[in-house]
Amino acid sequence: MAGIAVSTVINGDAVEYLCQPDEPLLDVLRDRLGLTGAKEGCGTGDCGACSIILDDRLVCSCLVLGAEAEGRRIETVEGMAQGETLHPLQQKFLEHAALQCGICTPGFLIAAKDLLAKNPDPTEEEIRFGLAGNLCRCTGYDKIVRAVQDAAHVMKGA
Amino acid sequence: MRYIRPLSIEDAVGQLAKAVGPAAILAGGSDLLVRMKGGFVEPDLIVDIKSIAGLSEIRETADGFSIGAAVPCAVLGENKVLKQAWPGVVEAAKLIGSKQVQGRCTITGNLCNASPAADSVPALVAAGAKAVVVGPAGRRTIAVEAVPTAPGRTSLAKGEIIEAILLDKRPPRASDAYLRFIPRTEMDIAVVSAGVNLTLDEAGIIKAARVAIGAAAPTVLLVAEAAEALVGRKLDEAALERLAKICSGACRPIDDKRGTIEFRRKVAGVLARRAATTAYARAGGK
Repeated sequence: MAGIAVSTVINGDAVEYLCQPDEPLLDVLRDRLGLTGAKEGCGTGDCGACSIILDDRLVCSCLVLGAEAEGRRIETVEGMAQGETLHPLQQKFLEHAALQCGICTPGFLIAAKDLLAKNPDPTEEEIRFGLAGNLCRCTGYDKIVRAVQDAAHVMKGA
Repeated sequence: MRYIRPLSIEDAVGQLAKAVGPAAILAGGSDLLVRMKGGFVEPDLIVDIKSIAGLSEIRETADGFSIGAAVPCAVLGENKVLKQAWPGVVEAAKLIGSKQVQGRCTITGNLCNASPAADSVPALVAAGAKAVVVGPAGRRTIAVEAVPTAPGRTSLAKGEIIEAILLDKRPPRASDAYLRFIPRTEMDIAVVSAGVNLTLDEAGIIKAARVAIGAAAPTVLLVAEAAEALVGRKLDEAALERLAKICSGACRPIDDKRGTIEFRRKVAGVLARRAATTAYARAGGK
């Protein structure tokens, strides 16, 4: 089967691909485009490991069809660093050791980026609530919350 | 399997009406894609309604609000005018799933998924919301409570699509509230829930009321007797007690892993009472 032709924009670059009608965007990103940052944790929208930003909305890419991305804008974790310079969130996740196995980390980074874009000065409660759609089964959440608080501080000063 | 993205509601209806195999409507996909992945549905045709003009908009009309079928719940929460008029509906919609799910899920999808535990449905029923149904025979407007008929089943015929949910314009001194019980603080499915919508007169006497209970029967319960118990009086302790008793009595819940029959009955009354108290205060009652 030839599949559906899709033109979209991913991390600022125009991208074209073919996908099957029932193929999740997550599978397109990972298996067709080699963007393996977004992870499949549950595949049912519960864990947030596949989080991306679609037209300025945080979504689970496992719950979006590849065909739906036509004409839209996608941001993935691969677009966060500028060349060799890490995004402040990435830097602070490293400094605070806010990860162990790392499977949930790209989803947390994207969710935190979306959170700070909409609320640059969140309270701890707002951070915890904003990241409640992302599950981590290694570290617990304290180091992640500290990293996001610290990154918010850095980004405000920038 | 085919995926199509029609630009008009007529085209979408036509495609659904002539579909030979199973067909599915896609808006937010937060139920559909999970069911496809689990193998519970295998549609031959997926009709993505998000490119249909107007379906992704909340419109203020002379009669109130028209919420397009493809409007994500996150957008409801960002609409200050809607939130001011119908805080109970918006707080219910905002309880569905995580932030990621909020960016996709819709109240129309929540209604059509026909789960007895759907969060937005009791609030919509209490609000007296209506659904605009478009089908091969044209357009009709029905009460939202007429849509779900049983768990996972709706009254919609082949080829029919809900285009929008309508909420009335608010008279003065009117408001609503929605509460649910879940065993954790967020991201869970209602064990039992209650939506209450009240309109008061200048003296704080309740002029009109609608009370709906969720997750306590195969479909959401509109408890007319509870509303009757409130109308014509202030929301005093006696009224609240009577409301709670009637709501507990109206429940026809099941025992399952989330709660027992006894627990659901008891909590339905407690939530109705608390939601009524919040709605009354929001409407300016003292």
